[in-house]
Amino acid sequence: MKQPILQVRDLKQHFPVTSGMILQRQVGSIRAVDGISFDVYEGETLGIVGESGCGKSTAVRSISQLYKPTGGSVIFNGIELTTADPRTMLAARRDIQMIFQDPYASLNPRMTVRSIIAEPLVIYNRRNLLDPPLSKLEIEHRVEELMERVGLSKVFKNRYPHEFSGGQRQRIGIARALALNPKIILADEPVSALDVSIQSQILNLLSDLQKEFNLTYIFIAHDLAVIQHISTRVAVMYLGKIVEISEAVNLYDNPLHPYTTALLSAAPIPDPVVERNRQRIILTGDVPSPDKERFGCYFYDRCPKRMPWCSNHIPPMFKRGKNHEVACWLYDETRDYHDVSMEEAKADAAKASK
Amino acid sequence: MSPVNDREVVLDVRNLQTYFKTDAGIVKAVDGVSFTLHKGQTLGIVGESGSGKSVTNLSIMRLIPSPPGKVVGGEAIFEGTDILALEEKEMRTIRGNKISMIFQDPMTSLNPFLRISTQMIETIRLHTKGISKNEALERSIEMLKLVGIPSAKKRVHAYPHQFSGGMRQRVMIAMALSCNAEILIADEPTTALDVTIQAQILDLIKNLSEKMGTSVILITHDLGVVAGMCDEVCVMYAGRIVEKAETEKLYAFPAHPYTEGLIKSVPRMDTSKKGERLYSIEGQPPNVIDLPPCCPFHPRCPKAMDVCRASYAPITDLGEGHEVACWLYNSEEEKAVALKEAQA
Ligand SMILES: Nc1ncnc2c1ncn2[C@@H]1O[C@H](COP(=O)(O)OP(=O)(O)OP(=O)(O)O)[C@@H](O)[C@H]1O
Ligand SMILES: Nc1ncnc2c1ncn2[C@@H]1O[C@H](COP(=O)(O)OP(=O)(O)OP(=O)(O)O)[C@@H](O)[C@H]1O
Ligand SMILES: [Mg+2]
Ligand SMILES: [Mg+2]
Repeated sequence: MKQPILQVRDLKQHFPVTSGMILQRQVGSIRAVDGISFDVYEGETLGIVGESGCGKSTAVRSISQLYKPTGGSVIFNGIELTTADPRTMLAARRDIQMIFQDPYASLNPRMTVRSIIAEPLVIYNRRNLLDPPLSKLEIEHRVEELMERVGLSKVFKNRYPHEFSGGQRQRIGIARALALNPKIILADEPVSALDVSIQSQILNLLSDLQKEFNLTYIFIAHDLAVIQHISTRVAVMYLGKIVEISEAVNLYDNPLHPYTTALLSAAPIPDPVVERNRQRIILTGDVPSPDKERFGCYFYDRCPKRMPWCSNHIPPMFKRGKNHEVACWLYDETRDYHDVSMEEAKADAAKASK
Repeated sequence: MSPVNDREVVLDVRNLQTYFKTDAGIVKAVDGVSFTLHKGQTLGIVGESGSGKSVTNLSIMRLIPSPPGKVVGGEAIFEGTDILALEEKEMRTIRGNKISMIFQDPMTSLNPFLRISTQMIETIRLHTKGISKNEALERSIEMLKLVGIPSAKKRVHAYPHQFSGGMRQRVMIAMALSCNAEILIADEPTTALDVTIQAQILDLIKNLSEKMGTSVILITHDLGVVAGMCDEVCVMYAGRIVEKAETEKLYAFPAHPYTEGLIKSVPRMDTSKKGERLYSIEGQPPNVIDLPPCCPFHPRCPKAMDVCRASYAPITDLGEGHEVACWLYNSEEEKAVALKEAQA
């Protein structure tokens, strides 16, 4: 049995909402990530999909401890990151790198490409965390090697980010993320801002690098076709929760959660013949705001298959077959909730909360 | 219904050229674009970032900032007149009225300091003579309902920031549609939105175009959206239309190597195999400053020939409205002549 490289348990990231000019009082919280759990195995790609604001970016930021999680645990290579001391954390952070969506915003405009890529090496070298330590010249060689590996000519070393196109800037970000030989890369929408013809170049590069260095990826995108292409397994998020997680193949062939089904049916397919004959599930309403506590299914407001029971009972993850889990009451094999009236559901919820 | 291409032409754009003067040189953002839009047709314009999609349509709307920009050539015939030659005063009776536009970024086109109701009433009154304030308010609420804003009656008085991105985009669409335009230009109307919201909005545009016979120009870089929405597609590259065809023909028989590469590059949810390498067009899109007078795609083209590096390809008609600008479709003699001319 393969050991997970990363274990996330009931991870929560709530942001305080404050009001008042001088005395800031907390008046509520945004439940950006509201209790998510999953494992990631070495060498695989876990894709995360979901709509804007569902907590994808926040999830990877709290996994990498860029944010201090409100609750839950993140175990990387056997180390609990949420309580690790700064030095352990620094060592672990070396193995966990991030790539961001916006190659324009994520690179320091005043640094040359060389300094951008070398920066992590320089920092870890200075703190004696590299074994063996690197000389100036060795760092220079490493930068050149990384540039060539991601498809940038080393003659551009002394240029600045604004002199590069979007795709080239994303390559710079990838080279920087690779500098310390990480084990896992958290990629937050790395191709969303790129042209179609450049997207496929970067996706291919990421696959090649994964094979070459046995990298593990968590890959966020809202493009379902991109996620399907790159992922071994896929987690679907909605309003801070994972609603379905499965092997990629199963998820696309046999989506279970009504939200996943709607999402797949809404995603356009680049083929007019297919599109002409497609039936869409058009959801009504917008994704609700994550600033209030919910006592029922988070998808209740927009769900085409909702039952009264769902309005006041949060569904747990139900296992359906190997490696396929779904958070939806329709898949509780012990009970059918269709006949439960709103009154009965309310009474049951009231009893349970006592 | 008759095939779209047999219907009346509502807009005829001929050889449009729009240039920008910048410190680095002349940007030929749009350089010789021609197309016709028929009644009730949805025409797609696809292409990479910077290929001139927005500038083409801003030129038609006469909204190019000048300086630095200028429409330096071409015409756009709408209802028998060349709207590129109209006085600004005359253009105002057309813009937002007979031709309306949904802009790429909804936040920049709504005034953040004014209530939605104020903005909608103003737009409607500007375009409907003699309508009272109250009637315009009723009409606004009706339009908001039509685009699926819940409790429209109450929310019409909200400020833009109180709406989500998807709702703001729907307000823009409601405003664009409230004047019953003949032509709706939608510039990436759903790019910033989630797929489920995108599906709602596209569905809306489609229904309205079918019901009211509105002609639509839909700008997007999403080949999936084009496949579901458009009757015909123009593919732009570096300021030019390199291929134009009925949607199904374009996807089944792409003629230009760029179009072919583009279609092959997108992963597909329904047929792609996991782990399969994606096709990719190597290289970067060109910088449109001081482009040499030859095929702009040649540095990335797997089929480039000497003539492609020397001269623009003329437009070849492949039949039934399928047009392509690529030397692959010209005879050896034509290529030889062009090559000799370029060398001279
Ligand atoms: N630093 C923060 N402070 C307060 N709220 C935040 C913060 N970061 C994110 N949020 C909120 O948390 C929720 C989740 O945001 P997040 O950026 O994780 O979503 P996402 O799934 O990455 O969305 P997108 O697809 O738009 O990138 C949103 O409601 C967002 O407004
Ligand atoms: N105000 C301006 N000044 C200078 N150049 C401009 C200006 N507006 C547009 N351009 C240039 O014109 C070219 C075409 O731009 P346009 O906005 O039409 O591209 P697009 O196809 O709409 O791209 P996108 O997909 O990114 O929206 C670009 O090279 C752009 O830099
Ligand atoms: Mg995000
Ligand atoms: Mg544009």
